[in-house]
Formats: sequence, C-alpha cells, structure tokens
Amino acid sequence: MSGRSILKRIDWLSVLIYLALVLIGWINIYSSTFIDEQSSIFDIGTRYGKQLFFIGVSLVSIVIILALEVNFYERFSSLFYLLSMVSLLGLFVFGKTIAGATSWYDLGFFNLQPSELAKVATALALAKYLSDIQTDIKRRKDQFFALLIILVPAILIIPQPDPGSALVFFAMIFVIFREGLPLYYLVIILSLILVFVTTLMFGTVWLIIGLVLMIILLYTLKRKSLKIPVIPLSLISVAIILFSLSVNFVFNNVFEQRHRDRFSLWLRLEKDPKKLEQIRRSIGYNTYQSEKAIESGGFFGKGFLEGTRTKGDFVPEQDTDYIFSTVGEEWGFLGTATVIILFTVLFLRLISLAERQKNAFARMYGYGVISILLIHYFINIGMVIGILPTIGIPLPFFSYGGSGLLFFTILLFIFLRLDTNRLKESF
Amino acid sequence: MRKILLSLIIVVIAITFLGRLSYLQIFSFSAEQVLEDPAIKAIYDYPERGYIYDRNGQLLVGNDPAYDVMVIPREVQPLDTLEFCGLLGIDKVKFIEKLRKARVYSPRLPSVLVPQLSKQDYAMLQEKMRKYKGFYIQKRSLRYYDTSSAANVLGYISEVNESDLAVNKYYVQGELKGRTGVERYYEDLLRGRKGVQYIQKDRFNRDIGPYKNGTIDTLPEQGKQISITIDKTLQEYGELLMNGKRGGIVAIEPATGEILSMISGPTYDPSLLVGRERSKNYTKLYNDTIANPTWDRSIHAQQPPGSPFKALNALVALQEGVIDETTKIQCYNGFYVGRKKKGCHCGGGLRDVHTGIYLSCNAFFAGAFKKIFEKFETTDEGMDVWEKHLRSFGLGDYLGYDLPFGQKGRIPSKEYYDKWYGDNRWSSSYIISNSIGQGEILTTPIQLANMTAAIANKGYYFTPHILKKIEGKAITAPKFTEAKHTTIDPKHFEPIVKGMAEVYTKGTARRLQIPGIEVAGKTGTVENFTKINGVRTQLTDHSVFVAFAPVNNPKIAMAVYIENGYYGSRYAGHIASLMLEKYLKGEITRTDLEKRILERTLEAEYAKPHSGEKFKINERVW
Repeated sequence: MSGRSILKRIDWLSVLIYLALVLIGWINIYSSTFIDEQSSIFDIGTRYGKQLFFIGVSLVSIVIILALEVNFYERFSSLFYLLSMVSLLGLFVFGKTIAGATSWYDLGFFNLQPSELAKVATALALAKYLSDIQTDIKRRKDQFFALLIILVPAILIIPQPDPGSALVFFAMIFVIFREGLPLYYLVIILSLILVFVTTLMFGTVWLIIGLVLMIILLYTLKRKSLKIPVIPLSLISVAIILFSLSVNFVFNNVFEQRHRDRFSLWLRLEKDPKKLEQIRRSIGYNTYQSEKAIESGGFFGKGFLEGTRTKGDFVPEQDTDYIFSTVGEEWGFLGTATVIILFTVLFLRLISLAERQKNAFARMYGYGVISILLIHYFINIGMVIGILPTIGIPLPFFSYGGSGLLFFTILLFIFLRLDTNRLKESF
Repeated sequence: MRKILLSLIIVVIAITFLGRLSYLQIFSFSAEQVLEDPAIKAIYDYPERGYIYDRNGQLLVGNDPAYDVMVIPREVQPLDTLEFCGLLGIDKVKFIEKLRKARVYSPRLPSVLVPQLSKQDYAMLQEKMRKYKGFYIQKRSLRYYDTSSAANVLGYISEVNESDLAVNKYYVQGELKGRTGVERYYEDLLRGRKGVQYIQKDRFNRDIGPYKNGTIDTLPEQGKQISITIDKTLQEYGELLMNGKRGGIVAIEPATGEILSMISGPTYDPSLLVGRERSKNYTKLYNDTIANPTWDRSIHAQQPPGSPFKALNALVALQEGVIDETTKIQCYNGFYVGRKKKGCHCGGGLRDVHTGIYLSCNAFFAGAFKKIFEKFETTDEGMDVWEKHLRSFGLGDYLGYDLPFGQKGRIPSKEYYDKWYGDNRWSSSYIISNSIGQGEILTTPIQLANMTAAIANKGYYFTPHILKKIEGKAITAPKFTEAKHTTIDPKHFEPIVKGMAEVYTKGTARRLQIPGIEVAGKTGTVENFTKINGVRTQLTDHSVFVAFAPVNNPKIAMAVYIENGYYGSRYAGHIASLMLEKYLKGEITRTDLEKRILERTLEAEYAKPHSGEKFKINERVW
C-alpha cells in the first residue's frame, strides 16, 4: 500500500482530536511550568521544552508506525508481549527508583517506563489470542488464558509499587467481555465493588439487614410460577457476608493509615466536619488544592498564564497527574468542558472504528486501546476533580512525561494504522 | 447490548464529569475568591486620616507619626541585649519573652516588639538601629489632639473587631475605625480609602511579582479634612467651668443650627485614648460607673426640663387662644389640685404671662395648662394638641443631628397615660406637673438648646449639626440647611421672649446680667430622686438654665444642665452667663463670677448618696 493511500484512508477525525489534545496539553504544561526569566519554548532544559521535544519524537514515531507493514503488529505481538514481560522483570534488578517506585530504566537522556510498553504489548497480545481461530471465549480454559494475559503484567507491576498502572490492565477485561465473556464476570466484579463500598459506608450489620430486606422483598413480590433457587441464594448471601467481613478485616488490619484516610476522604466516612476538613487539608492536600484551583477558574477561567494558584505552585504534580487543574483554573468551565467533550468524541469515534473492522484482531486491539485510554481518563480526571480517591496515573496526551506521551501515541496510531486496512479480512 | 455498553459508560462518565465541573466552576464559584486565594497577597497603602478643624479654622485633631519596633525572629543575630533593652526602655526579661512570642507567632513574618515609641526614643534608637539585625522601625500614624477638650464630640478610634469585619467588608484585621463622636459618624470621610497592591505568591509564600501586572491595584484616596461647627475657645472655656460638676451644656447658633459647643461633665482628655496607654486608660474611664466620663450627657442625659419648659406651655396656651398677654391668674403662693396645695416661690399675687415667666410662677402655668385642656371636650383631644405642638420643637424624638448616638427624650402621649392610669381614667389635673416641666417629660440638653434656638428664632429651628465644611466647602445637605417650623405662630413668641428677657432684668437671673448685652433666659430647678438601698430618696435639685443672646439678633442659644446644682440661677445660670459673655465679647468682665464658678465644685454633693449616711439636700452654700 502506498503512503498516499494510507493518508487518504486514515481516520482524520481521530488524528485531529489527538493533535488538539496534545496541543492543549502542551499549552497547559507550558503554563504550569513557565517561569518569567526563561524565554525560548524550545529550551530543552525546561519541562515544556522537553515535552515539545517528545511531541516531535511522537510525530516521528507516527510516521514509522504508518510506514510499517500492517501485519507486522499481529505477527510480532507475542514477541512484544514476551519482551515487555522480561523488561518488567528486569526492573527488579536494574530499575531506577523515582518517588519511591522502581518503575523506570535510566536511558541517560530520558527514563523509560516499561509498564507503558507493556500496555501496548498486552493489548496486542490479548487481541491476538482472542482473535485466534482456536480460541473460544465460552470455554473456561480460554477465559482463564485471556485473563492470565492481563494479570501477568498487573502482578509484575504491583510490587514496584505502582497500583495505578496495574489497575489499567484490569480495564482490558472489557475487551474479553466485548468478545463474549459471560455477563456474570462483570456482575461479580460490580457486586464486589458495591459490597466493598457499602461495608465501608454503612458497616456489615446494615449490609446484612439490607440483604434480609431484599430477600423478603423477593418473596413477597414473586410470581407463583417463579421458583426461588434457595440453595444458590443462601450461598451467595453467605459469600457476600464473608466478603464484607473480610473487607472490614483488610481495611482495619492490612491497610495502612494513609490508605484508610484516602477512603475516609473519598466516601466521607469521617462524620465530624472539623476532622474531615483536617483530612482534606492534609491527606487530601493535592485534591483539595486542585479542586480549589479548578473552582477559582469559574466559567471563563483566569486566562492563559494568569492562573494564580498554578503560578504559585499550590497544586502538587500539576504538570503531570494534576495537569487538568491548570485547564480548570486558566480556561474555566469552557476549557474543562472542551477537553471532556474532545475525549468523549474520540472514544465514541474509536468504538465506531473498532466496530467497523472486518478483521477480528483489529477490532479487539481497538477495544484494548479504548479500554486503556478510558481508564486513564476516568481515574485521572475523577481524581483531579475530587470524585475518586487519589490514584496516580497520567492523563493521556496531556500529562508531562516523554515515555507516557510516546506510548499513548504508539498505542493509538497502531490502531489507526490497522484501521486503514479495515476492508481486508486478513492482512 | 455488549456493543453499546461501553459507549453508554463513556457518555455517563462525561455527564458525571461535566456535572461535577459545573458544580465547582459555576455554582461554587464566587468572585470574592481573590481575597481568599493563598496565591495572592494584598499589600495595603493607608492614606492619612483627615484632620478636624473647629469653626474658625483652628486645629482640633491631626496626626502624629508613631514608631513601632518590629522584629523578624529568623533574621535576628546575637546582640548586646542589655544595651538594646536600654534603648527600647524595657527590661531584659520582657524583651526575651516578647521575642519568644514573636517566634511562636511566625519566625518569618514581622511582629511588633515595642509599639509606639515616643519621638525622643525614636531619635535615640534610629542611629543605632543598623547594629541590630532582624529589627527595624515601622512608621505609622496616630491621632494627635490639639486640645484637651471635646472628647465626647470628637470621639476616638480603635482597632476593628470581629463584628466590624463581618459587617463591613472594607476593613481588614488591624485597621482603625472611629468608635464615637465625629470620628465614627464621619468615618468614611476621615478615613479615605486604602490603596491595594496585589502580589502573586508561590506556595512557600515568596513574592513572585505583581498580580496581573498591577492592573487591578488601586491608589490610596486621601482622608478628607473637615471643619466642625464647634468653637474651640468656647468649648474649652465651658469645660473649664464644668470642672467638678456633672451635667451637659449645648450651645447652638440659632441662625444655622450649628452646634457651637457640646460639653459633658465630667469628661476626659482625648489624648488618653491614643497610644501605648490607651487600653489602660480606657478601662479606667469605662469602669468609672459613678461619674461616667465616657457617657456624653449633652445628648444622652434625659431629665425633666424644669421651668424652662414653662415657656413652651405658655406658647401652646397662646397658640390655642386660651390665654392672651393680659390673662391673669391668681397665685396663692401655690395652687390647688383638688384639695391638695402645690407650692410656688414667686411670692404670690395676680400673674400674667410676663410675670409668670420671669418670676417662674408655678400657679400661672398650672392654670394655663388646665385651660388648654378645658378648651377641648375630651382630655384625649387636649393631649393630642399639646403633644403635637411640643413635638414640633424637636422634643420627644431624635433630633436628627450628625452624631452617632443620642436619646429621644419623652413627651408623654395619651397612650402613655392610658397605660399608666387606665383608659380615660385621668385628666389634666393628674398630669399637672408637666405644666412646670416636671412630671413625665424628659429632655436632653441638646433638645433644650434646640428648643431655645427655636424661641430665639421666633418659630423655627435648623436641625443641630456638627459638620461645617468638607475640604473647605460648606455643607449643603438640605437636612441641615432648611428651616423646620414649629406649629406656633411667630407673633406669640413676642411676649415669651420679652418675659425671658425680663428674667435677666427683673426676674430670677437679675444678678447674672452681662453688661452691654441683652440676654433672654429662663431658670429651672428640677426636683429629682434616686434609690438608696431601695428607698426613694430626694437629692438636691438640678440646676437648669436656658438662654439666648443678643435678644434682637440671637447669635447663640444654649442650655445648661447641672446635676444637683440647686437653683437654676446658681450653677447653670452662672455658667450660661459666663459662656455667653465669652462667646459674644471674647473676654470676661465679671471675674468674681468666673472665680466663683472655677473654684466651686459639686463633688461633695455627689458624694452624699454614696456616703451611706443621712444627708441634707438643697443646702444654702452661697
């Protein structure tokens, strides 16, 4: 296929949104790291200069990705996966520790984070495995292998420790689910989350009372024809109660105080408003400052380079995980809404792209890309605007960080490259 | 279903995010956040508070620089403590304690180590200040009084408190605000407007340049210089005469309503409430609940007016046509209410309105008062008419002068007596004491002075006021420049003024005449009671005097109210006479009179009810 036809067939809407997000992201990095004395935006010594350099690198990588043979990705996906798992293992020996987490290789001019590489590789490997003609997702064994592909990198990443990145891999369950993973997996996961939250908020006793009430309701409302499966129902109830008790145990005995505080803050478990305010200002300092910064932007924002809290460095990690608060302060609701809408349009567009693939590998990889981008976006912005607990993961295309930007770009553009070939069933 | 689930999740997330963001950025947002923003520091530039001058351009209140010794604990280096303490005039223990407190407050921020050094101490310290690292001198401005009088008029300023901050967003912690008197009423004029400079800070509280390049910074607006209507010389002289006496004096220029002086005794030197000794002095003044020096009697003390009120009753009777200049009433060395006889000091005989006034005949006014009520079918109607006339003199309600406080006084109404005696179960004879200014009527000295001014003007007055000029320009507020007319026809004032002039020529104040000036006045002697251990006990009468002069072209009208001074012509009459002469002639010709008043005090009289022993009242001392 010629380069010209690739440019003709590539989904320009996705490309334009990508470019817009990268540009907006860079402007905000510039604003949050800008200091009056420095002048040149190309100065590699500054954060924004460095980021500009990586935007250049990413653009070059896009050219390479688009130039490569389209079946290259499918063919070598197993190898990529293997290599990335090795690189994750290698961290235990050669890893560089930054801010308490051993997640990087020191490559001299920049730090490579292999977990970023692993995201791309896992998405590819999962797509490859699920699209294999011999895989039947209805089979227990195949379900297990598919889950294993996701779990291995997650397990390797947790002890770095980097629970945020590990969480990203679980999002790829959506891919398996899309391809036919039985619904009850999702139901179980959601129920566990629900029981976890209910136990923390109301305690086991109220949970049991709620359970009993629900069973009574079931009996009173049931139709005569309906037979209630007594044994499974009681087993489920016992399981729920046991899980609830174990949540209590883990929360009180395994979690450290800082973890407990995060949850107390998120679920407003602390009832004393004075203590809650104190937790907000100490443990929740980052979120408190970022919420305040966003709030102070109002509807129209304070204007480019006019964010006082941004300039005063009040929000920690503002150019990385908390970059969205800069958008909020300087561009107001107009800015934040624009970013949310851009992301939403991009996701919906990618879903429609994935759905139009004739080739199963391309479709599944597409879902992998969406899952990974979506979980980053959801957790990051949810944290910055104070509706989710603090989990440190970057905002795709926005946050400062060379390897992050590069791999998000690679992740997205491999899919866009596959999409240019959508009309062919096999490559 | 599986295909659309993810799309659904994406849309739900978007809605949740937009909802939360609109809550934060649209509903929680408030424009006042600039002041709460930890990233912005406001630096204030305070303008100098406006000066206050008297009516003749003499300075009353100005500003004086004061010097605070400040310390930034972190920058302090080892020093010769003993020498430094010597320069500061504090002992070493206190110095170390203050330094410790400053460090506890903040090692980085400046604290006041020694407030308000005197100029002399400052001069000494200034040269050696370089030696002491971490200390510096900060200049600020304090009120300076060019008089030891008029504390009640001028008022004082003090630091704003929590409730001031809640009420008025202009003020920030540590700023000064007028508390009483002119300082309070004209706070906005005198204060000016502080300038603000916004500085962008980082999270370590370091300055990183002006906020928005200084485009929203403001320059200070100077406080206004004002002139007040007080005559400094008269005010100071009046306060001198009040030495050792309690009571209030108010003098008004009848042609304008300008308050020439407003004296309350006892008073205090306004300089006491400035500077380092301020709080100590304030507590002392405030805690003196017997003499009450911080209580401005000229506008607060509500007392029965006594005989000067007879002039008003005569005016009402004339206006209602129940008497005329020739009407005569028999005085039997008193008069009868039912079978009970009430006394009179006039000597007895047939009295008309002239003799009634200058001899202060109780019987004549009781008769006239009764006649007013007899004119109407019901007592209620009579009461309404009587009340209406009196209220037109500014009695029984706030006068509307430009001072922050005051009292209404009381002109009783029919409702008042209905409540007291029961509906319609009273008549004019029940309330006959009002005819001679006793009874239920209460007035403040400023109301008495204003009433006198209305008589002097023969039927109108201007609302008494204290502000004369702002930045040299005379005030134009119609409230103060438009005349208020009484309900009495000007022609009825002639016999009253004549009678009041005769008070000086033939009547109760004939020994108080001022050579070369025709004065009209009226004495008053007011019975009063107090409770001692729950027993109602009569005290020596209050001495009251109202006067205006010259009779044909009144320049000054005044009321003097001296508590427990006995006869009206005694303390009050003397003081009024001296002040009139001082104001109109600029000098005192009757030095014996002056000497007598300066020497005599009423302290012994005031001590009587607190002595715990039995005491005599209304003693003849001179």
